[in-house]
Amino acid sequence: MLNSVFLLVLVLAALMAASFVFARRKAKATVVAAGEGAGLIFHSQPGYYGWLAGIVSGLAALMALVAGANLSLNPWMTLTLMMVVGLAGSYFAASRVSAEFRARTYVEFFIKTLLVTCSLIAVFTTVGIILSLVFESFRFFQEVSFLDFLTGLQWSPQTAMRSDQVGQSGAFGAIPVFTGTFLIMAIAIVVAAPIGLLIAIYLSEYAEKRTRKIVKPVIEILAGVPTVVYGFFALMTVGPAIRALAETMGFSVPTQSAITAGLVMGIMIIPFVSSLSDDVINAVPQSMRDGSYALGATKSETMTKVVFAGALPGIIGALLLAVSRAIGETMIVVLAAGRAANLTGNPFEAVTTVTVQIVALLTGDQEFDSAKTLAAFALGLMLFIITLVLNFIALIIVRRYRARYE
Amino acid sequence: MSKIDSEISKIKFTCKDVRVAYSGKEALHGINMAIDDRGVTAFIGPSGCGKSSFLRVFNRMNDTIAGCTVTGEVYMDGQDIYAPSLDPVLLRARVGMVFQKPNPFPKSIYDNVAYGPRIHGLASNKAELDHIVEKSLQRAGLWEEVKDRLKDSGTGLSGGQQQRLVIARAIAVSPEVILMDEPASALDPIATARLEELIEELSQKYCIVIVTHSMAQAARISQRTAFFHMGDLVEYGLTTNIFTNPADPRTQDYITGRTG
Repeated sequence: MLNSVFLLVLVLAALMAASFVFARRKAKATVVAAGEGAGLIFHSQPGYYGWLAGIVSGLAALMALVAGANLSLNPWMTLTLMMVVGLAGSYFAASRVSAEFRARTYVEFFIKTLLVTCSLIAVFTTVGIILSLVFESFRFFQEVSFLDFLTGLQWSPQTAMRSDQVGQSGAFGAIPVFTGTFLIMAIAIVVAAPIGLLIAIYLSEYAEKRTRKIVKPVIEILAGVPTVVYGFFALMTVGPAIRALAETMGFSVPTQSAITAGLVMGIMIIPFVSSLSDDVINAVPQSMRDGSYALGATKSETMTKVVFAGALPGIIGALLLAVSRAIGETMIVVLAAGRAANLTGNPFEAVTTVTVQIVALLTGDQEFDSAKTLAAFALGLMLFIITLVLNFIALIIVRRYRARYE
Repeated sequence: MSKIDSEISKIKFTCKDVRVAYSGKEALHGINMAIDDRGVTAFIGPSGCGKSSFLRVFNRMNDTIAGCTVTGEVYMDGQDIYAPSLDPVLLRARVGMVFQKPNPFPKSIYDNVAYGPRIHGLASNKAELDHIVEKSLQRAGLWEEVKDRLKDSGTGLSGGQQQRLVIARAIAVSPEVILMDEPASALDPIATARLEELIEELSQKYCIVIVTHSMAQAARISQRTAFFHMGDLVEYGLTTNIFTNPADPRTQDYITGRTG
């Protein structure tokens, strides 16, 4: 199988290359034959005739391949068909070489089409994901009322397998799940916002060039650590440390808690905040700082009253992007936050989050038609809407901020 | 002119062997000169001659550039402004500066002018601050145009208005000197004429030092002119003399347009 794919690609490439060389040579010969100064009369440079022949033969051969597969010809016949059709296409393109033929226009059109197609792939994938989320959520809301989902205070998605099981009623109130998400997000941002911002201010205004050159990449390494590593760091190190600390002060905290997950998630998004804020602070023109210094302002006055004030919208945008990142984060909370859907604002208790619940709902053998599994889609849709709105607001703020200095 | 001549004994700055170097590369090779307390002193010369570097010596703005070193002695009213005991932050409150490109802060017109008085604690209450802002804007010739929209952003003004706004901002801290680094280079001819009028008015009250690329501008607004060339002060004297009867052939070449 792999061999035959490899062979097909090889044949296709060889065919296109041969067509390119063949048509370009023919175009060159035609120009020479037309006499001195004919190069300017020709609509396109010889290379364009070559490219066009290559493209035409390649497309023809691809069509032959599809046709061969549909007619279930055997591989060798398909290959032969491809070569015959491809060569025919190549010959056709080469036969059109003349001063009037607009090969360049066709090649440019092909390139543009190719680029548009690539962008459409991304767009349609996004649309497809949204549609599947919406439709599956719709199925879920046929079984569980939308209002109950949005306002319910109880989350226990285990439905009864047998009628004699008790306590497995299946409650789908999303509030505890979202409370947990927002609690952890709030802790993360409380950790990341000041630290990230101060790092950015230090790096952009106070650090020497040499220090900056070393410190900035080191901080950015933090962003490259896989989230699952943060997750077991939280579970094995931070969680037990917090529990031990709490015990010395005389109260008990479970290893899995909102504070553990929030702290570690905060550390994870520090480089995010610092790097984006560093960018917006650097975007404040030097002339602003000069203007402030020239009025007798000190460095810290200039920093807080001019630079920071000017960069503030951009910094808010950076924080919102970091928040939406934190909301969608999964591995840390799966490992460190817990699974119990407690409705609590106490950071020292175990809570659960939207992403954790989605993982819990969809792992293991499941059939994708029960309310339990469909609930995952509803949660996913809500999460998607929240992060979408956050990103949207952040982008608007950042764009407005950029316009100020242009 | 005669009025200025009679006051020539009043000196604001005295420079002795001032050298400015960027990362060890010398841009100004030992400048000696004295700058008058009143009126306008213009620095002219081709690009890269060191005139802007020299201007930044007087408010120690060169300190903010990494790798820039200034040696020699500079006295302002007899006080060494490069003495270790002198705080550059306080010096800059006495020596204001206007830059080549207007650089209002992204704040309201009011807050732009109030910035300096606020950081230096010049007003003890809101009414005093209002008074300083109004007076400064009036002196910069901008009050009539903006008095109804002091809350609007300073960056929304036209280029010429922005430049007068930053002059008002500089005036608001009551400096003794205003340094101007090619203040009209980003302005159209009408805004430039307006600015030159303003400079003339201000020169009654402040010591003004201006760097300019336009020799016509130097001739119009300054009483004294210094010509710099490749890091040296070539010639310095009354503007009328420099432009009508230059002593040095390099000055002659520059003002007649043969170099630069």
